[in-house]
Amino acid sequence: MIKVENLTKKFGDFTAVDKISFSVSQGEIFAFLGPNGAGKTTTIKILTTLLKPTSGRVMINGNDPAKEQNAVRRSFGIVFQDPSLDDELTTWENMELHGVLYGVPKPTRRKRIEELLKFVELWDRKNDLVKNFSGGMKRRLEVARGLVHHPKILFLDEPTLGLDPQTRNHIWSYIQNLNTTEKMTVFFTTHYMEEAERIAQKIAIIDHGQIIVQGTPAELKQQTKTNSLEEAFLALTGKTIRPEEVNAADRMRMRHRVFHH
Amino acid sequence: MQIIYILWLRQIKRYFRSRSRIMGSLGQPLLLLLALGYGFGPIYQKAGGGNYIQFLAPGIISMGILFTAVFSGIEIIWDKQFGFLKETLVAPVSRLKIMVGRTLGGGTVAILQGLIVLLISLIVGFRPENIYFLPLTLVFMALIALFFTALGTAIASVLEDMQGFQRIMNFLLMPLFFLSGALFPLQGLPKAVMAIASVNPLSYGVDGLRGTLIGGAHFGLLTDFSVLGLLTVIVLVIGSFLFSKIEI
Repeated sequence: MIKVENLTKKFGDFTAVDKISFSVSQGEIFAFLGPNGAGKTTTIKILTTLLKPTSGRVMINGNDPAKEQNAVRRSFGIVFQDPSLDDELTTWENMELHGVLYGVPKPTRRKRIEELLKFVELWDRKNDLVKNFSGGMKRRLEVARGLVHHPKILFLDEPTLGLDPQTRNHIWSYIQNLNTTEKMTVFFTTHYMEEAERIAQKIAIIDHGQIIVQGTPAELKQQTKTNSLEEAFLALTGKTIRPEEVNAADRMRMRHRVFHH
Repeated sequence: MQIIYILWLRQIKRYFRSRSRIMGSLGQPLLLLLALGYGFGPIYQKAGGGNYIQFLAPGIISMGILFTAVFSGIEIIWDKQFGFLKETLVAPVSRLKIMVGRTLGGGTVAILQGLIVLLISLIVGFRPENIYFLPLTLVFMALIALFFTALGTAIASVLEDMQGFQRIMNFLLMPLFFLSGALFPLQGLPKAVMAIASVNPLSYGVDGLRGTLIGGAHFGLLTDFSVLGLLTVIVLVIGSFLFSKIEI
């Protein structure tokens, strides 16, 4: 379903992703782990047509995201790391807009939106503006929105960041259910190692732009002679805290907060 | 078509939901109409120009449209920073449709703003000479609106954050407005100022509005229409190209 060969992405002199290769088969749940700044989000952006690779080959559901963009775009849903809802629109309007953009016919669209909103428990809030929502509610809405067009592949970039255990469990059980019933392939990143250990069938760990290890959670633990994925992760990537670059978006958000609150 | 419509609708909804923005953006035109209109009115009259409010109102309406249109285009930076742009960019939709939907939405908002300023100027004492020309006035309002929304989109596509925004205000919008004939007649200007005014797209918009509202276009309505129409098409094409190159 996802096939990546020698993928490289450079920004000027900086190599964000360095000759990585991996593949995810249909119906698999794949966790892409790594410390901050390791290249996870850059990889997701390339897989989802938002960035062009410097070199290497990528296939998503049999299509190249750099060339057959629309075919690739039709095949996946995504929950971004940063919020990507329109705050000035209501819950319903955000869902509806998504459905229209993906060409889901009206009756199906209406039915699915209702179903999904009920599932993430936002149906009562369907006519409320998103800007009044808490972080957890927005996250739930983003997950629901990513599923409106029933994608073959679901990309989740730290989908459960900042959510309470109840919400996290709730969301994952729904996604796992879709994974078994619809054979939906799931590609996700997370910093919660116990989450990855519990949910992922296969794991790749990326650090400094390179994949350092891949395998099942059990294989990773065995290889590092550790008892949990968290220990395995630390054994593989070291314990130093990574410097994070502040990007333009973060600066903007900071200013937004200063001005508006 | 449905995609263009829903993106257009989004802009309209956002406009009507930000009442504070609507009110805020009306203060400036009102102030200019009152201060300049009544302040320079007597001198303008003595110099043989006639009623200054009559002359000024089309210029201020253009300003209202100009500012709203460029801001609507620039909103893309906002969407880039706050994420919504990603949602549209990963959708299986041609970039051209996204650009067209946004531009039509932003343009419609700018026309609405222009109509409100027209209403204000009627209250302040402006009287159109010939109401049968009003449909033509609308055509010019639409052209100004579309041209500058597309221009804003083109600029926003290459800017990374709002830092460049202040520069655009100072080095683009203000000169465009002040050197357009919005505030003074283009007749008998020093050569340098006239040269700038005649390469300023807004001059043709102001002239078209003035021509259709009170008569006496400087360049002639047909010239105004052709220049602005052609420029709009060009900037739409450039804007779509730049928009399609956005990487986030």
